[in-house]
Amino acid sequence: MDIQGRKLIKIATAGSVDDGKSTLIGRLLYDTNSLTTDKIEAIERNSRQRGYDYLDFSLATDGLVAEREQGITIDVAHIYFNTDKTNFIVADTPGHVEYTRNMVTGASTSQVAVILIDARKGVIEQTYRHFFISNLLRISHVVVAINKMDLVDYSEDVFLKIKSDFDALVEKSNFNEEQITFIPVSALKGENVTRKSEHMPWYLGNTLLDHLEILEPEDLQESSVARFPVQYVIRPKTEAFHDFRGFSGKLYGHSLKVGDEVTVLPSGNRSKIKGIQFFDQQIDLVAPGSSVTITLEDEVDCSRGDMIVRAGEEPSSEKAISATLCQVNSKALKVGGKYILQHGVNRVLAKVDQIESRIHTDFTGTEEADQLRLNDIGRVHFRLSKPIHFDSYQNSKSNGAFILIDEGSYDTVSVGFIE
Amino acid sequence: MENLFIPNPKEAESIHILREVAAQFERPVLLFSGGKDSITLVRLAQKAFFPAKIPFPLLHVDTGHNFPETIEFRDSLVKELGLELIVRNVQDSIDQGKVREERGRYASRNTLQTTTLLDAIEEFKFDACIGGARRDEEKARAKERVFSVRDDFGQWDEKNQRPELFDMLNGKIHVGQNVRCFPISNWTELDVWEYIRTENIAIPSIYFAHKREVFFRDGMIWTANEHVFREAHEEVVEKMVRFRTVGDMTCTAAVLSEAVSLDDVVSEIRLSTISERGARIDDKRSEAAMETRKKVGYF
Ligand SMILES: Nc1nc2c(ncn2[C@@H]2O[C@H](COP(=O)(O)OP(=O)(O)O)[C@@H](O)[C@H]2O)c(=O)[nH]1
Repeated sequence: MDIQGRKLIKIATAGSVDDGKSTLIGRLLYDTNSLTTDKIEAIERNSRQRGYDYLDFSLATDGLVAEREQGITIDVAHIYFNTDKTNFIVADTPGHVEYTRNMVTGASTSQVAVILIDARKGVIEQTYRHFFISNLLRISHVVVAINKMDLVDYSEDVFLKIKSDFDALVEKSNFNEEQITFIPVSALKGENVTRKSEHMPWYLGNTLLDHLEILEPEDLQESSVARFPVQYVIRPKTEAFHDFRGFSGKLYGHSLKVGDEVTVLPSGNRSKIKGIQFFDQQIDLVAPGSSVTITLEDEVDCSRGDMIVRAGEEPSSEKAISATLCQVNSKALKVGGKYILQHGVNRVLAKVDQIESRIHTDFTGTEEADQLRLNDIGRVHFRLSKPIHFDSYQNSKSNGAFILIDEGSYDTVSVGFIE
Repeated sequence: MENLFIPNPKEAESIHILREVAAQFERPVLLFSGGKDSITLVRLAQKAFFPAKIPFPLLHVDTGHNFPETIEFRDSLVKELGLELIVRNVQDSIDQGKVREERGRYASRNTLQTTTLLDAIEEFKFDACIGGARRDEEKARAKERVFSVRDDFGQWDEKNQRPELFDMLNGKIHVGQNVRCFPISNWTELDVWEYIRTENIAIPSIYFAHKREVFFRDGMIWTANEHVFREAHEEVVEKMVRFRTVGDMTCTAAVLSEAVSLDDVVSEIRLSTISERGARIDDKRSEAAMETRKKVGYF
């Protein structure tokens, strides 16, 4: 539940330039009364200035000055709207050819991907990439919004052709657990966005908004094993809490309860959960996603970067790992390169042992590579200064992903998904 | 017997961020304006570190044109929670000749705060400044990172921001750099108000409807006060108003309101159609205003 008791759904969008992504988001905002009068006025003013005879909703989301000048979206923008039942966060990720990194970034925090297709153009190379990325990130729920239906006479044949082309793409992918939903829309005219279209009686499914609203966060959350990476050790050293030593962090994957037998990594020490605390509240059983503080029965060694897991559910501990990597910085990744590897809240040093291949994002296989450039995706082998305690990304998103930090600039240069 | 604790996802995320700040930086500070967003941050920080005290001080950059209610509130909160408060004054920056007071119709000390803030960062060697900015406030903020790296001059370079993947935060910086941290980035104005109501958090009285001497200009309601420039023909009237943000008096417009309780305020916000920043006079100067100010270190 979210703050107002509404559920929270996080959505990443993907589309090529001019497919109408900004218009679609603007339309969702407008139709859910999420645009304020001053924003609507600004849109009306800007639309008039540009000589349009319609409201250009894309202006609702266009942000930075540089971007306005170039007329393209250049980064990930976060947009918020809500209905009575649901709070939505949209990570608007631009669809320009070079911007794989932005979609990876936006998708990393999202539960749902909305992939836009221009009905006139159908499935194009970039659609492949968008679907490839939502697969790479294992987004379990994909909506394919086929837009600009008004420009193809709201034709069912066009819709079905695109759907079957997309299905062919799905065949090629290796992630088969996702649910894919196709919706024909016109963002500009508002057809099937929040209002059921009269022009497409052949479409019997939900509008885009209705579809997003019936999703349940629990179904979108991955369930796996409990992972509790320790962020911060709380030692009040006050009279009232003289011996208090609490391990605070965010719980992922599965619930934990008082009395659970646990292992602390890397030491491997065993103990039992003595208490779980959220602010001044004592908890018996805590759901994943909670930021809590845990106390243990025994005086075990445990500090930031360590991990508390249920005994018998220990993750792998290795000094050599293989991962699929996406390069998110203009400085290329090369064999022999050294980085700071941040896995959750833990940091170790990492050296690139081997770049096995670059992976084509159009599902046509791999090629040899000696480096990964910005927006490249590849298979890479690393050696680490110390073992990390990980799961495969497939089994645990939180414990199977990492970032690489450049030792010189400290920029975040890559994101990795452990195999 | 076993009650399952289900988190509020936005609150859990904010607490996670605050703990990352405390763990990754040596000298963090919480920028406290006395407004609802920074008050919310204080509550979140309390929760993040309980039963220990909040492990960083509060910094208030005082323009000297704050509403007295805000200052009173600030002092009582700090006392009640036993927090460390640092106050730095824009007036001092003016007296030292570092900045010049603006003149005329739209004179405000809002932009002058930047210099005072940067000086304080240098004085105390703060490496992380926690702020209450939200991405829904303004278009330029929609792309702001949770951890936003600033150079020695406090400058923000929108082309050179680190991508933020999953909830992994990279706060590694070089000497002289610092990071602006925004734990409630993903909250909306309504989220904040709902939270204040649910948690029953005390806020300054000017957030509730009260009688005030005001005057009207450019379709906005200004406080009639010695600090706010007013032309002779601009007539002062008494109205029931409240504030949606509590910045500097010279750049915070009031709204007509009858909302005297948190419930009233929340229902008013739900129905309201003027965005919060619409009541910030400084943003009306130009659409790109926020972006320009951010580039030079405004928080
Ligand atoms: N006819 C029609 N035009 C559309 C539709 N959606 C978007 N457009 C137009 O397509 C152009 C690109 O839209 P925009 O939202 O800026 O695309 P983006 O680059 O994907 O964000 C604009 O001129 C829109 O008005 C639609 O459903 N029908």
